[in-house]
Amino acid sequence: MMKIRIDHGRIIDPANGMDRIGSVYIEGGKIMSATDEPAGFKPDTVINAENQIVCPGFIDLSARLRDMGHSRKATFKSEVRAAAAAGVTAICLQPDTVPVIDTTAVVELIKELAEKADYPQVYAVGALTQKLEGTELSSMLSLKQAGCIAVGNANQPVKNLLILRRAMEYAASHDLLMMFRPNDFDLGNNGCAHEGAIATRYGLPSTPEAAETIALAQCLELAELTGCRVHFGQLSCKRSVIKIHQAKKYGLKVSADVAVHQLHLTENDMKPFDSAYHVLPPLRTEEDKQYLRQGLAVGTINSICSDHQPHDLDAKLGAFPETEPGVSSLETLLPLMLKLVTQHAITLEQGIACLSANPARVLRLESGALTPGFSADVCIFDPELDWQVNSANWKSQGVNTPFWGQTLKGRVTHTLQAGKIIHRM
Amino acid sequence: MTDNLQLNAEGKLKHFLTIEGLSKSLLTEILDTAESFAGMSEHQVKKVPLLRGKTIVNLFFENSTRTRTTFELAATRLSADVINMNIATSATSKGESLLDTIRNLEAMFVDMFVVRHAISGAAHFIAQQTAPHISVINAGDGQHAHPTQAMLDMFTIRQLKPDFSSLRVAIIGDILHSRVARSEIQALNTLGAAEVRVIAPKTLLPAHVESLGVSVSHNLTEGLKDIDVVMMLRLQKERMSSALLPSESEYFKCFGLTEEKLKIAKPDAIVMHPGPINRGVEIDSKVADGPQSVILKQVSNGIAVRMAIMAMAMQKQVA
Repeated sequence: MMKIRIDHGRIIDPANGMDRIGSVYIEGGKIMSATDEPAGFKPDTVINAENQIVCPGFIDLSARLRDMGHSRKATFKSEVRAAAAAGVTAICLQPDTVPVIDTTAVVELIKELAEKADYPQVYAVGALTQKLEGTELSSMLSLKQAGCIAVGNANQPVKNLLILRRAMEYAASHDLLMMFRPNDFDLGNNGCAHEGAIATRYGLPSTPEAAETIALAQCLELAELTGCRVHFGQLSCKRSVIKIHQAKKYGLKVSADVAVHQLHLTENDMKPFDSAYHVLPPLRTEEDKQYLRQGLAVGTINSICSDHQPHDLDAKLGAFPETEPGVSSLETLLPLMLKLVTQHAITLEQGIACLSANPARVLRLESGALTPGFSADVCIFDPELDWQVNSANWKSQGVNTPFWGQTLKGRVTHTLQAGKIIHRM
Repeated sequence: MTDNLQLNAEGKLKHFLTIEGLSKSLLTEILDTAESFAGMSEHQVKKVPLLRGKTIVNLFFENSTRTRTTFELAATRLSADVINMNIATSATSKGESLLDTIRNLEAMFVDMFVVRHAISGAAHFIAQQTAPHISVINAGDGQHAHPTQAMLDMFTIRQLKPDFSSLRVAIIGDILHSRVARSEIQALNTLGAAEVRVIAPKTLLPAHVESLGVSVSHNLTEGLKDIDVVMMLRLQKERMSSALLPSESEYFKCFGLTEEKLKIAKPDAIVMHPGPINRGVEIDSKVADGPQSVILKQVSNGIAVRMAIMAMAMQKQVA
């Protein structure tokens, strides 16, 4: 049984209220202690984490690893290397893979691909409806038994509210979490940009905030009606934050996340027709960005996800509206979170919690903390290290990021997953 | 968000993609250059040898008779060789990507692309991707820009009303879907027009339209007060089926330009339309063919203005 000791690091473990310099002891893939040295502990490996931060490994609530029918974009092998380099030790895989995660066979295939890539902690989110078509319920119980951690319909619409209601009731019957990206498809009107001044100036098809907030409001009503646990993903605007805040105050059991780029970029940052800025939901206004940050600070939004979507070059090569949306964002997750801290939007402890303890709570996982007995998922990073986003430093097969070429602060030096070192800088 | 893609290191026109980011002096230079070509059409010999030996490809991914014809005539009068490609019916329908179409044509040693495309940003994309010696002229991209139309309209206005700073201009109709309107607004504001007013129902106005530098009216009779230039926009039939408007007749009743409504504008107001016009939908025939209409003048001016833009964009090659 491999024994590892991580020395001299600043241990930040929000779930246990810990922020101290010390050592973490790992044995048999589990955390032994993050406080006192276990009796007779003789490590096989010692990691010197001086001037670095030692925290729970990050749990990403929304990512695409492509592969299978999308292997030209990326593969599990390429993307789990990116995840490991980003300090991410568990990934929720959205169900819009090719083929869709709507049968146990696909869940098994994903487990197999993850194991072959030496990164077992890939959690499949099962399709809420068959083929994500939004009309018939998927076999949610079978999907859960096969290992799906939640259900959702990714970016695809559910045909009507009656079907959504039934899907939520059925999910609730099996105590399944529903992950929901609120978007009214009709109001969205195939937009590729925020309905605002920039889309108006450039004549881009646009989507109003109401496409998100109306779908969100409807789903909140159904959450109350059905008792389904709902996690809202990738919120993008002020009024969504207000609605979640009100719902929580009212006592609904809901949670929410935001994609990391929404906390930094607005429509005004978009370069003319640069497809790297083509994301869904679209980049919105400065006010929306400030509300999303505020939502994190007060805990209305409890998690930050990468919403990682690697693409091949061709997918981003074309006139803006014709390109595919999405950012390759695993590797910028930590530096962009740290930037929120340096800009005083949130504290470092909050930032780490949004990437570990809080998503673990959403998923009801026994991880996201350095609690003795938990899986030894650990991220060690140097908060002061500058690095440039370029091909020498980049692991993901997708280079579609608006941060390409920029110098960012904060880099992961070691990542441990279940006690195994899966990344070392 | 600035846009220097269309200027070279010396600040000269390299591509002509949008009015945005171009200076008043550059727009004025285009108008002055067009002026020098304008008399030519009446000459016996209608050609100058400015672009002799140059190859211009009219790359039309969207059908257009008038714009393509005036570009073709403009290129011919500059003595360039012109190839017309209607891609709507050729390469891309075989699955070839926009980029591959461009690469193939580049390999045939062309000097300029004149591009019309149904997607906003297509001309920018081509200008970014194409070989550095090739100039790209935007002949209309999606709902984004139609800068040569805007310039020929500025040219027409200047012939009749030379002082932009005293002008109040109304643009009436489907602003939301109109690349012409966006370019007209930018050109008028750059040239210092006193006011640009858009008049349309809310369903045909884009979000935050006032951010483009316009005042807004939803009522034609109120909106036409004190107006020197009335610009009508074409109303596409599909606006009715997509629930943006109830019917053509109701639209005509509210926003159609009739002789009576035109009287609300200044007595010497001119009436413009980028064409093709829908008689009885956005404009009454009596107005379209009436004494205040300059619609056909716009068409004739299209040739001189496009000659000027092509010649200026190719200057670096010609010199």
